[in-house]
Amino acid sequence: MNVKVTTIRTAAEAALIERFPALKAGLPGPAAPREQAFATFMASGLPNRRVEAWKYTDLRAAMREAAPLAPKPDAAQTTVALKGNSPLAGQGAVTLSFVNGYHVGTEGTVPSGVTIVPLAEALGSGHPLLARMGTLALAQGDTALALNTAFMTDGAVIHVAAGAEVDGPIALTFVTAGPSAIATAARVLMVVEAGAKVLLVESHEGQGKLAHQTNTAVEIIAGDGADVQHVRLGLNSEGAVALSTLTADLGAATSLTSVNVALTGAMVRHQVYARFSGGDARAQINGATLLQGQQHADSTLVVEHAAEPGGESRELFRTIIDDEASGVFQGKIIVQPHAQKTDGRMASNAVLLSQGAAMYNKPELEIFADDVACAHGATCGALDDELLFYLMSRGISKAEAEALMIESFVGAAIDDIAHEAIRDVLHGLVQEWLKVRAARINAGAGV
Amino acid sequence: MSRWRSLPEPTWARVSYPQIDFQDIYYYAAPKMNGAPKSLDEVDPAILDAYKKLGIPLREQEILAGVEPQNRVAVDAVFDSVSVVTTFRAELAKAGVIFCSISDALQEHPELVRKYIGSVVPVTDNYYATLNSAVFTDGSFVYIPKGVRCPMELSTYFRINEKNTGQFERTLIIAEEGSYVSYLEGCTAPQRDENQLHAAVVELVTMDDAEIKYSTVQNWYPGDANGRGGIYNFVTKRGDCRGKNSKISWTQVETGSAITWKYPSVILRGEGSRGEFYSIAVSNGMQQVDSGTKMIHLGKNTTSRIISKGISAGRSQNTYRGLVSAHRKATNARNFTNCDSLLIGNQCGAHTVPYIESKTSTATFEHEATTSKISEDQLFYCMQRGLTAEESTALIVNGFVKDVLQQLPMEFAVEAQKLISISLEGSVG
Repeated sequence: MNVKVTTIRTAAEAALIERFPALKAGLPGPAAPREQAFATFMASGLPNRRVEAWKYTDLRAAMREAAPLAPKPDAAQTTVALKGNSPLAGQGAVTLSFVNGYHVGTEGTVPSGVTIVPLAEALGSGHPLLARMGTLALAQGDTALALNTAFMTDGAVIHVAAGAEVDGPIALTFVTAGPSAIATAARVLMVVEAGAKVLLVESHEGQGKLAHQTNTAVEIIAGDGADVQHVRLGLNSEGAVALSTLTADLGAATSLTSVNVALTGAMVRHQVYARFSGGDARAQINGATLLQGQQHADSTLVVEHAAEPGGESRELFRTIIDDEASGVFQGKIIVQPHAQKTDGRMASNAVLLSQGAAMYNKPELEIFADDVACAHGATCGALDDELLFYLMSRGISKAEAEALMIESFVGAAIDDIAHEAIRDVLHGLVQEWLKVRAARINAGAGV
Repeated sequence: MSRWRSLPEPTWARVSYPQIDFQDIYYYAAPKMNGAPKSLDEVDPAILDAYKKLGIPLREQEILAGVEPQNRVAVDAVFDSVSVVTTFRAELAKAGVIFCSISDALQEHPELVRKYIGSVVPVTDNYYATLNSAVFTDGSFVYIPKGVRCPMELSTYFRINEKNTGQFERTLIIAEEGSYVSYLEGCTAPQRDENQLHAAVVELVTMDDAEIKYSTVQNWYPGDANGRGGIYNFVTKRGDCRGKNSKISWTQVETGSAITWKYPSVILRGEGSRGEFYSIAVSNGMQQVDSGTKMIHLGKNTTSRIISKGISAGRSQNTYRGLVSAHRKATNARNFTNCDSLLIGNQCGAHTVPYIESKTSTATFEHEATTSKISEDQLFYCMQRGLTAEESTALIVNGFVKDVLQQLPMEFAVEAQKLISISLEGSVG
């Protein structure tokens, strides 16, 4: 088929192109990196099904119109937005709050060894750490990240000093609120120096049903021997198109644990780019996703082992899909020629709870070294009838039995979080989701 | 001979598609395809050449398959895209089985060919299938009537002799209700400096309770150690389980070709139908293999099983690329996929790209893939018992691929085992 390459832009693309020149003048920091990132977007346009990495998630179709970039909220808007209680409130030793992508306040005390500068301020003053922003080659060319770079309004630059064992989590709460759909672009850069230990928690919340378009990116650069834990919670507004990217550049003998829990949003996509730049690092990357209605969630992951010894990576993604929702898992482990002794294991398991649900799995291995042990597994199916029968024969109702099984299934991905209180909050959210589901089923059965 | 020559090219093409426009479109889409017209020009002299050479290649065929003709394997030999000889036709005809070259089939059974050709692999399917549909010159045709269990193994032997040619053959196998056939396919090509193109299309159709077992041993010339020469093997193979409880099983041993691009697929349309895919892909030197399968579950209670073993050595790249999908109506579909890769040497690559799409909650799909190298322990154990490093590797590799070898008809299995050892020569030590 001869398809002529045309430069026809969709309404959303045209709107972004039209707005960018005016916006960039008002956004903080130098314009050059934004222009460069925007050129990346211009070259590819909004990704669609023809783009391999977005095969199952058609962003062009989901983003018919580009929502306007949110202006900085005033005090009244901020108060309203922060009224809703975040499930992770009070968990952070220090909590930075963001409304519509702008820093609005900091609570608690910054632990010793840690410096936090709001991104807008850092961009304005030319913070030296910004030189390390966007340096992970693996993620370059990614359209979602490029759009974030072009439009980033605010966020945080976090520095953890060498050897610092940070007490208590650093928490970031991002709230999107407004009378109409808006677009946000927040960015976080965290540089963890050698031997330091830290836990970063991000929570993304949106209220109502509006189709906000959020695009967040977190970059983690871990020095040799650092121990970084990362938890992300996605509680977007019901109609939200939410894109998020995590990039991690791991030095020698570092340890990274990252857990993403996604619950709401019409179309959410979480991308992870992790590179083992130093030898003998370890990463555990998990995802727990619960979907219902017409939701669509995509977990895309690229792990590159680029140093010898290649280290150990473990990926565990658990997805529950109800109603007519659809889930996507795309995972790729790349082992470069010299990254011998790599041990990579990736698993994606999905449970489809209804006849209309769909799951798309694409676990890939790309291996150029011979002394490696890599494996991936992908399964999808319904809940095990025999297990259900076992539980029900012991007097547990069907809904309860299903809930028990789902909870333990999804819980496996959450259990890698070392921080007990945060782990409990996330388990609680899963239980809440199951309760709502059970209520819905019971209401349906009563009719 | 004269009949072949008398058939003008457009006639062939028209059988498979009435909309002639496609040809123009596709040729326009990819101008790099300059091999095609060249091969067509060469078809006529090639027939004579092949005819002269007939004696020699047939003997080779015997060696390749490891059987004497008395072993009752019916053979259809195809040289440079033209079928030159088909054996045992009369005996097969007694059983009602039609086994002939597709050019004869067009003459003798046009109604059957017209009904089925292009119905599994449509003309517009993909670039090389379209090219094949436009220019295919010959191939094999098999028709097994209702309730017949084909009395012997059928076999096709493909060979590219001419320099700089493309081979475009087309195979069509139809198994009517309750029938069974086992079909073998062997491919070889002599050493040449230039790259040759092989773009075949294979279509299988099974009706209710019918079964087709299709085995391939492919040993096209893989090019020399620096990647010069060799066959480009771009093949479209697809089976359509149309009837209830029908079964299609693909078994392949891929050792040759500079570049292989091949995804034998099964469309599981009939209720309770079953698709199987067993593959061994060995790559050495500068070979590139990108192979896998597609299992498309459309009917209820359909099952499929995929076992793929990839072995890469030297500086080769070996990729498994597969799709398993279940349509919304494919309730209780079941798939099990296992793809293992073995790496020999530190300059090769092994990749896995599976796509698993499930649109029904009652489908159960499992996929597992591993990549590893031959363990030092195993090698040490074998060598301690007096085997050389090369022998030990061959032994371990044969153990690795055993699951798949067991699926091959016996003569082929022995041959395949030897082929694997030969193609891995020089990869160790």
